[in-house]
Amino acid sequence: MTTADPVFRTCPATGRRIDLAGERLVKIHAVSSVVALLVGAIAAIMIVLTRWQAVHLLPADWFYRVLGVHGMSMLIFFIIFFEMAVLVFASTALLNARQTAVRTTWAAYGLMLVGALMVEWMMWSGRADVLYTSYVPLRADPNFYLGVILFAVGALITVGIFFANLVVAKRERRYEGSVPLVVYGAMTAAIIAVITLVHGAAIYIPTYLWSLGLMEVDPQVYRMIWWALGHSSQQINVAAMVAIWYMLGALTVGSVVLNEKISRSAFVLYILFISMASAHHLLVDPGMGPAWKIVNTSYFMYMAVLASMIHGFTVPAGMELGMRLRGYTQGMFDWLRRAPWGDPGFSSLVFSVVVFGFVGGITGVTIGTEQINIIVHNTLRSPGHFHSTVASGTAMAFMGATYYLIPLVFQRKVAFWKLAKIQPYLFAGGMLVFTLSMTFAGSFGVPRRHWDISFSGAPYDVQFNPIVDVILAVVALGGVTAATGALIFVAIAVKSVFFGEKLETITRGVAMVGVPQGLTHPPVHAPDVDARNAELHDKSRGIMGPAPGTIILVFVFLAAFVVYFYANWKVLSFLWRIG
Amino acid sequence: MATETHTGLECPPAAWWKPAHKAEKVWVSIAFVWCLILFAMMPIWHWKGGQNPSGIRSRVEPTAFMERVQEFITQYQVDDDRGMPIVAPPPGSDIYLAAFSFQWMPILKLQKNVEYTLHLSSLDVNHGFSLYPININFQVVPGYDYGLRVTPNASGDFRIICNEFCGIGHHVMVGRVIVEDGPVTTPAGGAQ
Repeated sequence: MTTADPVFRTCPATGRRIDLAGERLVKIHAVSSVVALLVGAIAAIMIVLTRWQAVHLLPADWFYRVLGVHGMSMLIFFIIFFEMAVLVFASTALLNARQTAVRTTWAAYGLMLVGALMVEWMMWSGRADVLYTSYVPLRADPNFYLGVILFAVGALITVGIFFANLVVAKRERRYEGSVPLVVYGAMTAAIIAVITLVHGAAIYIPTYLWSLGLMEVDPQVYRMIWWALGHSSQQINVAAMVAIWYMLGALTVGSVVLNEKISRSAFVLYILFISMASAHHLLVDPGMGPAWKIVNTSYFMYMAVLASMIHGFTVPAGMELGMRLRGYTQGMFDWLRRAPWGDPGFSSLVFSVVVFGFVGGITGVTIGTEQINIIVHNTLRSPGHFHSTVASGTAMAFMGATYYLIPLVFQRKVAFWKLAKIQPYLFAGGMLVFTLSMTFAGSFGVPRRHWDISFSGAPYDVQFNPIVDVILAVVALGGVTAATGALIFVAIAVKSVFFGEKLETITRGVAMVGVPQGLTHPPVHAPDVDARNAELHDKSRGIMGPAPGTIILVFVFLAAFVVYFYANWKVLSFLWRIG
Repeated sequence: MATETHTGLECPPAAWWKPAHKAEKVWVSIAFVWCLILFAMMPIWHWKGGQNPSGIRSRVEPTAFMERVQEFITQYQVDDDRGMPIVAPPPGSDIYLAAFSFQWMPILKLQKNVEYTLHLSSLDVNHGFSLYPININFQVVPGYDYGLRVTPNASGDFRIICNEFCGIGHHVMVGRVIVEDGPVTTPAGGAQ
């Protein structure tokens, strides 16, 4: 090994040791991620303005092309580049440890970059009009599949180096005992990433060979294995997002971990049961029988749902308890009212949790039910669901984390600070309107991935309920608002990182433009926090325990879940008999 | 100075495998029971409910399926709509619908409250069967025959929208299903 000795700096805000080599890797991955977000957001605006029938911006070929670009840029490049940044950050900065195999990580980044550029080039040049899912036997240029493979191999190498970082950090005694919960969550994401990327190789390598005419690929088998990549990759997002929830909670309001055992067990549930989730894309497919569908989507899937319901409790409860321990003890919701709503890290966190849980979680489990899927499959309800999970949930959480990464990692002030404070409201608000209206349109049977639902060139007329036109206009309104929120985020990130004001020192207790409140006024707990904690856990407080406000919130959630779930069964029961 | 109470950014105190507070246990238990209910609903609906995506599933070569569709059309064609055959099969029979870029073939004429076994397959790429405005959706995969027992419960002139992207003409891929109240006029002896 000829690697130079790691060079560390001490973070002025947190006192942590930061490996500069690791920090540079975090930066390049985060920047690449934001560039992909820019491409994806521009594509998004063109797509929603086309689906808004009154505007109908793009011609058919460009609509499908740009839709493919949107999917790949957002779901693969934006998300996975950011996740690589999270993995490097969690395994170095959060453990006071060094980045191992620095050159290999750069080489892996190079592979990812080349792969991403190949895919973008193929799609924009019209040689891969196969959309994000590229269902065989729709055929793209072989270089499209090769690009995906290169990207996935690069990501897999970086994930491997993440594990190496953990081992080296342990061996070099950079931390005591167990890794922090946030690192544990990142590790969960990394393990699921391995499962996902192996499935990716298992499907894209044969498909690449098929595109060269060297072998056959069965369309149904493709769908099954592809979704073990396509859906499992969303579980990387979930695990990374939940890890960031715990991190942002700690940074913004001093969230505490209620119980390590419960939170960590929930992460283990994700690892164990998540890869079966690909099945719920095949619920109305001809290749599999009901037993296969039920076992895979329900029993195992719901153990992963259980995990999310656990985090959906422990994250807000940790925030509530963190606030109560710092003295905000009045009533049920004083902690929430007096939380730092002007801190974009905090507002992003709250919107991420709420929209992911209430909209994404409830719709996802419901439409992923074997029979209910009959009234949902490939309608707008499907993108309505996943934009509330991956966009409002994961992307929102990543944006919130970025508001802290800019001062902590890039050591810059957050540019356009006033805009940054409202950006989470704009993005989440837009996304909420967008996802709810898409879900509503989908319940009229409006198809997803469709250029023209006025069916002007079709042999038979299709007359949608006139309200559908109104709903699609609302979809466009929400979509454009959300995409504007995303573009503002890109502008803030680019301005801060490349042209931003250097952040020299942070003086505790002195508010500063461009620095989140969690850094200028860190939510530290009093030295007697253990005594206060014991008091809040006292038996005399009864079943509501240390976080009574959260108890109320989760039961509101459960009630909404039950009502929505059974309302769908009711709608289903009106259909033709099918069996 | 380390405290027992800690955030997710700090290493937990050495022994962190500790009993949870009652409030947390209650929520986990309720969530677990709800997950079991979610699970149970699917087998229950197979047993008691009327809408299940089970079907009779088999593999079929696209050419063999197309031959079967042609035979079906020859046997029961009653009319045509601008060249697309309209087929009125007898109650209870096996009926066939082929999807290919960018058509659904043939037009089906069915009778209300009668069960048919609808065979769906694709001759080229994936397509999406979406019966409008009832909103019944199935994936149509080349090489696979999805035989669904369907019983129309209302009469009308329905549309089949393709809701799986299948190429540049995806958005004009519309088919037709006609459901009549009384017995469907089937010419004796089959072919018209």
